[in-house]
Amino acid sequence: MFYREAGDFKTSYAEDNQTFPIKFDRYRYYVVLAVAVLIVPFVINDYWANSLLIPFLIYAIAAIGLNILVGYCGQVSLGTGGFMAVGAYSTYKLMTAFPWMDMVSVTLLSGLITALVGVLFGLPSLRIKGFYLAVATLAAQFFLVWLFNRVPWFYNYSASGQINAPERTMFGMAVTGPNAEVWVKYLFCLFFVVLLAWLARNLTRGSIGRQWMAIRDMDIAAEIIGVNPLRAKLTAFAISSFFVGVAGALLFSVYLGAVEVGEAYGINKSFLVLFMIIIGGLGSIFGAFAGAAFMMLLPVFLKIVGVDMMGWPADIVAHFQLVIVGALIIFFLVVEPHGLAQLWRLAKEKLRLWPFPY
Amino acid sequence: MSMIQYQPYQTEDGRTIGNTLMEMKNITLRFGGVVAIKDISLDIREGEIRAIIGPNGAGKSSMLNVISGFYHPQDGEVWYKGEPRPQMRPYQVARLGIARTFQNIALFEGMSVLDNIMTGRLNHMSASILDQMIWWGKAEREEVANRERAEEIIDFLEIQAIRKTPVGRLPYGLKKRVELARALVAEPSLLLLDEPMAGMNVEEKEDMSRFILDVNDEFGTTIALIEHDMGVVMDLSDRVVVMDYGKKIGDGTPDEVRNNQEVIDAYLGVAHD
Repeated sequence: MFYREAGDFKTSYAEDNQTFPIKFDRYRYYVVLAVAVLIVPFVINDYWANSLLIPFLIYAIAAIGLNILVGYCGQVSLGTGGFMAVGAYSTYKLMTAFPWMDMVSVTLLSGLITALVGVLFGLPSLRIKGFYLAVATLAAQFFLVWLFNRVPWFYNYSASGQINAPERTMFGMAVTGPNAEVWVKYLFCLFFVVLLAWLARNLTRGSIGRQWMAIRDMDIAAEIIGVNPLRAKLTAFAISSFFVGVAGALLFSVYLGAVEVGEAYGINKSFLVLFMIIIGGLGSIFGAFAGAAFMMLLPVFLKIVGVDMMGWPADIVAHFQLVIVGALIIFFLVVEPHGLAQLWRLAKEKLRLWPFPY
Repeated sequence: MSMIQYQPYQTEDGRTIGNTLMEMKNITLRFGGVVAIKDISLDIREGEIRAIIGPNGAGKSSMLNVISGFYHPQDGEVWYKGEPRPQMRPYQVARLGIARTFQNIALFEGMSVLDNIMTGRLNHMSASILDQMIWWGKAEREEVANRERAEEIIDFLEIQAIRKTPVGRLPYGLKKRVELARALVAEPSLLLLDEPMAGMNVEEKEDMSRFILDVNDEFGTTIALIEHDMGVVMDLSDRVVVMDYGKKIGDGTPDEVRNNQEVIDAYLGVAHD
């Protein structure tokens, strides 16, 4: 009903290949983008930015990255936290070693360094699959956290073992450090989200995206029609790690400011991002956004309902959150492995015909 | 050494059968103690439809797997387009212009029909990952150009109506057709079909036979196929190889093979006295 595709005819293959082939979708996307850029920065306040919007944007990047690897290429990874740590420590080293460098370059370079590390830990995927690969990437997670804890060079021999983001400015405004305003941080993260989501969409609709999906669905058939499995898997690891590295860098430099590696980038982070894409939808960029939004909204929602409205103790609400997430994971794995994104697609299919049954 | 030389000739229906395209020389393939293929030689000529038949377990699929690079024979050589082919991985074989379908459908279930077919075009696409990230420019031009080729095959195989349907939702007969489309769209010079008509009803078999003949006729594609339906094999193919227990027991035109005593024995059994 609200979803109109009638009369929207395509006359070229380029038009048919658009990200949003239906006009209604396209305009909705432009409206969301315009609101995010032109309106949100003026109405944003500290609470909503720090508890919801900025972490949502950062985790959306990580979720897109992991979705490229797990959802599109079918290679399970539990090393997300470790790769985010690589991004964070690269940022820290770059910021302190080259104080003149601007933050966009620092963040992108951190992503590139993470991509290299990702390829290195992706090498076992050429020989092992599924559960065993998950265990191999788990080794990456623990090794990387151990490395950043034990080698003082990474945290510049600071006494606490923590890393702290120094203040850096862009166009005269602080982006990192304690003096940065939330709307600047928000726009900085939004820039990366829009850029990287666009890149991810381009990759997944083109030849390399089809190669990843071919490897995921049936690797033998993929090889027989000419997909080089080595290249496909390693590019997936590289690009996925790039995204995850950028997310880890932003989480450290823009959001947290000070980081202790085991706490901020432990195994919990790996699971958090994995849950996001399972709930949001494997193999869908919209799903990555939906999953990140859901996992960020849930604690806020529960806090408002449980603590503020019902007056329950905060620790019970926090535990309740774990129970809900666990139950949802089981629900989605059993009932709808393609997550919220698939539910959204089904809703659209139903709405096309509404109010008629068929 | 070189490949067997043939004189080109015209068939009754006006197709040209050329010189040797591929030749297998004394192939022996062992899995541990089991000998799957025993010293088999066979050649495939340009433009012909070549059938490989034989009872279950005769080594027919193993033969195709040797051609497409899944198995590496312990002995023997594979010659292709006048040169001996070094040991290759399957994706390198695909780049030589050899495409195939599988006995049990091997489509990408999570992708649409169109995406499945477009994946078959990947050897014709050269945009780098950087180009593809930016999309505008080379990647988009290439995508559109290859989409046109894919659409031609979609028209050819009459699957326009399902191009955006996820493959997982299709019935068996259509899946077989989509798999053929994915192999065809690569514009192969040699097309290997592993039991293209297994599990089909008469009508679907007729459709598939028509497509195979049309592919061979219109595109001049050389086809090697494995099939159990003798009626279809004898009707379609120019030459037939018969295998039994990993050995070649007959090779020639359908008529020659039909009257070969060894072949009759293999299929009907012999009285042991």
